[in-house]
Amino acid sequence: MLKTFSKGGIHPPENKLTANKQIEMLALPKTVVVPVAQHIGAPAKIIVKRGDMVKAGQIIAESGGFISANIHSPVSGKVTKFDKIIDTSGYKKDTVIIEVEGDEWVDTIDKSDTLIKEISLSPEEIVKRVNDSGVVGLGGATFPSYVKLMVPKGKKADVLILNGVECEPYLTSDHRLMLEKGEEMLVGVKIIMKAINVNKAIIGIENNKKDAIEHLTTLCQGYDGITVVPLKVKYPQGGEKQLIKATINREIPSGALPIEVGAVVQNVGTAFAVYEAVQKNKPLFERVITITGKSLKNPSNFLVRVGTATSNLIEAAGGLPEDTGKIISGGPMMGKALLNDQSPVTKGTSGILIMPEVESQRRKMLPCIRCAKCVSVCPMGLEPFLLMTYSVKKEYEREEKERVMDCIECGSCSYVCPSDRPLLDYIRLGKSEIGKIIRSRKA
Amino acid sequence: MNENEVIIATIITISSIGILAAVILYWASQKFKVIEDPRIDEVDEALPAANCGGCGYAGCRNFAEACVKDGIDDLFCPVGGNETMQAVAKVLGLTASEKEREIAVVRCSGSPTHRPRTNAYDGAENCTIVASLYSGETGCQYGCLGLGECVEVCNFDAIHMNPITNLPEVTEDNCTGCNACVAICPKDIIELRPIGKKSRKIYVSCINEDKGGAAKKACAVACIGCSKCFKVCAFEAITMNNFLAYIDPNACKLCRKCVDVCPTGAIHELNFPPRKAKPATAGGTTAVKKAVAKKAEPKEGINLIETAKKAAEKKGTDSKEEKKDNDNKES
Repeated sequence: MLKTFSKGGIHPPENKLTANKQIEMLALPKTVVVPVAQHIGAPAKIIVKRGDMVKAGQIIAESGGFISANIHSPVSGKVTKFDKIIDTSGYKKDTVIIEVEGDEWVDTIDKSDTLIKEISLSPEEIVKRVNDSGVVGLGGATFPSYVKLMVPKGKKADVLILNGVECEPYLTSDHRLMLEKGEEMLVGVKIIMKAINVNKAIIGIENNKKDAIEHLTTLCQGYDGITVVPLKVKYPQGGEKQLIKATINREIPSGALPIEVGAVVQNVGTAFAVYEAVQKNKPLFERVITITGKSLKNPSNFLVRVGTATSNLIEAAGGLPEDTGKIISGGPMMGKALLNDQSPVTKGTSGILIMPEVESQRRKMLPCIRCAKCVSVCPMGLEPFLLMTYSVKKEYEREEKERVMDCIECGSCSYVCPSDRPLLDYIRLGKSEIGKIIRSRKA
Repeated sequence: MNENEVIIATIITISSIGILAAVILYWASQKFKVIEDPRIDEVDEALPAANCGGCGYAGCRNFAEACVKDGIDDLFCPVGGNETMQAVAKVLGLTASEKEREIAVVRCSGSPTHRPRTNAYDGAENCTIVASLYSGETGCQYGCLGLGECVEVCNFDAIHMNPITNLPEVTEDNCTGCNACVAICPKDIIELRPIGKKSRKIYVSCINEDKGGAAKKACAVACIGCSKCFKVCAFEAITMNNFLAYIDPNACKLCRKCVDVCPTGAIHELNFPPRKAKPATAGGTTAVKKAVAKKAEPKEGINLIETAKKAAEKKGTDSKEEKKDNDNKES
């Protein structure tokens, strides 16, 4: 029996169209638009001036606080403009626009492909290097990685869990990375293990990626303390709490962080970024992105510079299909529809999904028939139908008692609802309103 | 026991239980008596009993308690207005300060003709949810989302969606200025303004803080921050901030010069008599004038809203077709 998490979960069609497509380099765009807020936390502060010549890997915006990250220029060229550009939220956010000239990298970056296994830096130096390189969690949440590498005082981590689950349908960027950069990734895992001082690491991979499981299991023989755990395919196994439950069978108490049970979770993509940052001195300015969709001519996995317009990726994958209904940044379950194809890709973009119109439209909401499907699929053991009712009735205090803040917004409830009720929309409303109440209570 | 005895025994038992209970209840009521200021009841009596929360308290009773406890200097019942406050003052032997009645105005005129849609939203129909997700269906990130949460929260039937413009409209006679719609609007487009002389008002019906070009591109009737109104105003009632004009209702002398110079028709006048023949400055203003002329006659004003309501019931199917059209255009 393969391991998995115990509560709830769903099985959406996998549609991994690009699982066998090698990672290709996407041609450099003419200009890049680099947002200064690509991570959770404070936006970075711009430190370049208009007209400055920058090289790829040069820092252009400095971390704006403890929870924040540096932003590096993804290309070499001239800073032409600082502008406000509409991002996925539709609101205008500060960006740095750079006109590309050639492809010159900062001298300190090691551009060679040679694998460096020796870890020469001390744990403190590793944390500093990861912070300087602007590495954030590449699973999608974009939480600054260096914060996770500093285990809080009084807490002890005993295991590192690598998230190679990629439970979102369609997406294959982590899958390809594990296959093609497996060795580098494992060194990255070793680096993280050194930083947080653990001697055990587990890589959780869902069983629909058999080649990756096999490949990494073979590679792991050369690395002490790292094991691969195949997991049963079930969404949302990539959720931190679900992954911990599935791999080491520990349950995180409501409202607590994984460190509470001695675990630190990192995405496999982040491990690779940490390797590049520490061993190659290369800041995070490019990442693997899956561009996919059923009617797309040539779905692919691309290595893309941050700040490239989404339209460039679509062009490279064969152009926008006629029947497009939505362009989604991320996967179909948790991704966000884009407002236009000019939105730049950021550190957190794991995929671009082109959805045909017939599939993308929501159906009309019907009354709740009390079938309790949402209750049985909720991976956090909540009662989504009840939470939605409380949100509609604005009974936020009772909603809080029903642990709405534990919701991981995986969307399983909305997915299974036979009445097409927008459960997650209302739960999110409840979460934001209760968040305000909690903050005002603290103040 | 014969029948009579049974009846008598029953009567005696029940009556003694009753008497005993009465004694206990009387004792309890004396022992645990809550001494309440009798004036609270009197004040409560004088209040409108709308329990709308517009005063900032949970209901009229709480407001009455606050009046008795803290005095009425800082308190005001927007629903009852000055009359109610005077009645309250009379009960408490205090003097009420006069306050001008306030009315909600909607500071957005981006109807579909002026503000084209750039995308279609098909999630939960609730303004707050849309606002937390993204900027909305049009290019203007400031404007009305058109899902009518303000209509839902209004306790006085004073605000309705106009199905043609897809914007909320305030019925001034019903509006009590309770602040409910102002508080719920996630875009902050509704503002309470003093009712003004003969309920005449002039205000900038836009809150777009983008530069002129961007604002105009998103919406034809946006305030573009050209400062023409600011320059023409003789009473220093207009301030410019972030490419947006704001008219201070207390300083405004209702001269209407700003309305004439506004190039986009973003400045609205309410309840003025129709103007003498004078060429209109922009398409936007003429439309407003027509609406104003209708509103000046109350009967027709009500009809307008009723037709709006009827059309709103029909709206369901129409809007969906429209959505599909839009999607087609996008792809």
